[in-house]
Amino acid sequence: MISLSNVTKTFGSNQVLLGVDLTIASGTSMVIIGGSGSGKSVLLKCILGLERPNAGSITLDGQDVTKGDRDAFLARFGMLFQGGALFDSLRVWENVAFRLMRGAAALPKPLAREVAIEKLRRVGLKPDTADLFPAELSGGMQKRVGLARAIAAKPEIIFFDEPTTGLDPIMAGVINDLIREIVVEMGATAITITHDMSSVRAIADNVAMLHGGVIRWTGPVSEMDATPDPYVQQFIHGRAEGPIESVR
Amino acid sequence: MTPTVALAALGRPVLAGLAAVGRVALFAGAILGHILRPPFYLRELGHSLLQIGWFSLPVVGLTAIFTGGALALQIYAGGSRFNAEAVVPSIVAIGMTRELGPVLGGLMVAARVASSIAAEIGTMKVTEQIDALVTLSTNPLKYLALPRVLAATLAMPVLVGVGDAIGIMGGWLVGITRLDFNSATYLKNTLDFLETWDVGSGLVKGAVFGFIVALMGCYHGMNSARGAQGVGRATKSAVVSASVLILAANYILTELFFTS
Repeated sequence: MISLSNVTKTFGSNQVLLGVDLTIASGTSMVIIGGSGSGKSVLLKCILGLERPNAGSITLDGQDVTKGDRDAFLARFGMLFQGGALFDSLRVWENVAFRLMRGAAALPKPLAREVAIEKLRRVGLKPDTADLFPAELSGGMQKRVGLARAIAAKPEIIFFDEPTTGLDPIMAGVINDLIREIVVEMGATAITITHDMSSVRAIADNVAMLHGGVIRWTGPVSEMDATPDPYVQQFIHGRAEGPIESVR
Repeated sequence: MTPTVALAALGRPVLAGLAAVGRVALFAGAILGHILRPPFYLRELGHSLLQIGWFSLPVVGLTAIFTGGALALQIYAGGSRFNAEAVVPSIVAIGMTRELGPVLGGLMVAARVASSIAAEIGTMKVTEQIDALVTLSTNPLKYLALPRVLAATLAMPVLVGVGDAIGIMGGWLVGITRLDFNSATYLKNTLDFLETWDVGSGLVKGAVFGFIVALMGCYHGMNSARGAQGVGRATKSAVVSASVLILAANYILTELFFTS
């Protein structure tokens, strides 16, 4: 279980998180929604230790995430970055097998390649993409490779940062289905950040809305449409009018 | 302007400068702290040696041959004012090995390598590749910075040595074709007056300059701001700071090596 308690984060005078309280139960899929710049990615980075919160605590199975063996902690995570974040200088299969070829339990290169090709197949990519460089792939294919890399080492917890942004609706649907399948199949805990409401409905067990630096509403996805919270209602229906100010 | 305001105006940039020196020193210490701790990324080291050492040879060689040639012409023209034309071979050799080989080689490598490292690492930072490395349990300083710093520190003395030889050859070519020197006499004068420390001091300078070049590239790349403009600024800062530090380090090393 991942638990955030009163987490705050500021960048200079910009207050991004103002006391976030959120709990994600093991084996469930939590989707965090919220406007651009509301701090969703910062929240994920705080959990991973890529950003240090100014205050508050984050625990994983009761253990403070800032303490203990960092490598062992990170080995439990996989992450799909918004832009893929594939390493340009490495071939596709080397990107996917990056973690598999490192550490005490490193696999030999041929075996790591085999596993990488299997993961690529799992996300719908043919084996002949394995020897290409990321720059030779389309945006959708890069997302899939990022997804294959995120699941390659069978992590217990997977983060997806805007997995469908910039993709056409069909490719977005394919990625959503893949994420749902992978999370169910692996029994992993997942946190997904998205603006895409079709993704929310396809991926989520639970939904949390981040607005104004705090969690405005959280609950099961089945209750999202019925919640009277005006912020959630404005966001999920994409209304320009409402309590969330929009810049025109 | 009151004295307090004037002092504050003076103190602010001094403090900012000292803070920057401190940050760079901590960054260098953090990189060097990984030298003896596994894992060792030998493939990345080999790749960096190739990129920084091998692919810099043409630019260093061309710089050296033209510099050696021009140096021979200048020394001949200056020396002729007091009938000292015969010193051309020895001064070209000493000038190339002690100063021009390492300094011009260092500046050329700074332009080529510091910019490339800063742009590459800066782009990796803004496209979240550095964050991805961390989530894959890989320390970016160890994986990206250490191989580049080691490779530049090891490759630069070799580049300086090759540059010295090519520069001296440039002077010899100009000497025998334009200044009517006898080839054998030119070479004999070069070797007779050249001391081991002339070459050695240049190689040590090369190692220091290589370290500076890669350190500045990595530092500015890792601290790149967002977007294309941020990467562009990091690249520019890397080249400017590496060049200035090379010239400053050259003066300090020359004081240390030759004035005692």
